Amino acid sequence: MFPLASFHEFSTTANLAIAVALGFGFGFCLERAGFGSARKLTAVFYLYDMAVVKVMFSAIVTAMVGIAVLSAAGLLDMSELYVEPTNLAAQGLGGLLFGAGFIFGGYCPGTSVAAMATGKIDGYAFALGMLAGVFGYAEFTPGIDTWIKDAAQGVMTLPTLTGIAAGWWAAAFVAFLVFAAWGMGKLESAFAGLRPRAG
Amino acid sequence: MAHTLAEDRLQAFATERAQPRAYWNPYVAGVLLGLVLLATYVITGRGLGATGAFGSIAAWLADLVAPGHAAENVAHARYWNDGAPLLSWTLFLLIGAFAGAFFSGKAGRRVRVSVERGPRVTDGQRLALAFAGGFVAAYGAKIAKGCTSGQALTGGSILNVGSLVFMLAVFASAYALAYVARKEWL
Repeated sequence: MFPLASFHEFSTTANLAIAVALGFGFGFCLERAGFGSARKLTAVFYLYDMAVVKVMFSAIVTAMVGIAVLSAAGLLDMSELYVEPTNLAAQGLGGLLFGAGFIFGGYCPGTSVAAMATGKIDGYAFALGMLAGVFGYAEFTPGIDTWIKDAAQGVMTLPTLTGIAAGWWAAAFVAFLVFAAWGMGKLESAFAGLRPRAG
Repeated sequence: MAHTLAEDRLQAFATERAQPRAYWNPYVAGVLLGLVLLATYVITGRGLGATGAFGSIAAWLADLVAPGHAAENVAHARYWNDGAPLLSWTLFLLIGAFAGAFFSGKAGRRVRVSVERGPRVTDGQRLALAFAGGFVAAYGAKIAKGCTSGQALTGGSILNVGSLVFMLAVFASAYALAYVARKEWL
C-alpha cells in the first residue's frame, strides 16, 4: 500500500505539489525549533543549548518508530524505501568537512532556507557559498562522483549488518533518547554560563 | 506629565507584543519534524533532502553561461533533468520550506532583517565566514552524498550505516573546531 509512489504514478505537477506541501511542513518545523538562527544552531557545540541534538534525535526516532510500526502492520513495504549506498570513506570525510562548514558557516543547507525566510542576511551568504561550492565541485572535481560510486561498500543498514530487526533498533533508540534527554539537561545546566544574555 | 494606569498598561502591552515568541519545546518540534519525514517516506519512498536543490540551480546556471555544458559534465548531468533542471523535487521542497519557515516566523514575530553573530565579530567578518562555511559544507555534502537532511535525518531513520557515520563525523568535526570558532558565536 505504501510508499504511495511505488503503487501509483504521480504526474510531474502532482509530484512537485507534494514537494511544496511537505516542504512547508519541513520549513515550519525547522523555524519553530529555532533552526532559522545560527546562534541557536551553533549553541549545541558550546553545550548550553542542546536543541539541535534534541530535535534531530527525536525526529529520527519518530520516523524510525513510525516506519517500524507501519511495516509491522503490513502497510509499508520497507524494501521499497530508497537507501543511499554506504561509502564509509566518503561519508566520513564528507562529514568532517560538513561539520567544519557548519560550525563556521552557522547553518546547514536546510536550515539556511529557514534563516533566509526569516530575514537573516548571513543565511543568504551561506546559501550563496553553498551554491559556489556545489558549482566548484562539478567544475573542478567531478571525478569524485565516480570514485564515491565505484568504491562504495553498497547498501548497508544496521538491521542487515547485524541481523537484528529494525523494530528492536527502534526500541533501543527510544531508550537511548530517554537517557540522552536526561544527560543533555545536565549538560545545559553545567554550561548555562555561556548562554548569551540578550536574545 | 503623569501617566494614567491605562496608558501604562497599553505601553506594556505594546512592548510585549513586539517581542518574538519563544520557540517550541525541542522534543515537540522534533516529533513533528519526524512526522513530516515519515510522511515523505510514506508518500514518495525517499526521504528529505536539501543539497540537491543547490545542484539543480548550479546545473541551470552552468547551462546559462555555456549552453550544452551541464549535460556533458558528470556532476551537473545528474541534475540536468532532460533540460528542465529547475523542475527538481528537492528545489520545490525548499520553496515550500521557505514558505513554511516564513509563515512560522511571521506568526512567531521572528522575521527581521539581521546578521546573526556573537558580539566579538563584525557583520562583514560574519558574512565572509558564512559564505566560506557554506562553500566547505557544500563540498562535504557532495562527497558524503547528502547533508543533515538527506543523510543524517533521512538515512538515520532507516539505520543506514553510512548516514550514522556521516552524523558522527559532522559532530566530531564541529566539536573539535568549536574552540577555534568561539569568537564568532560567544
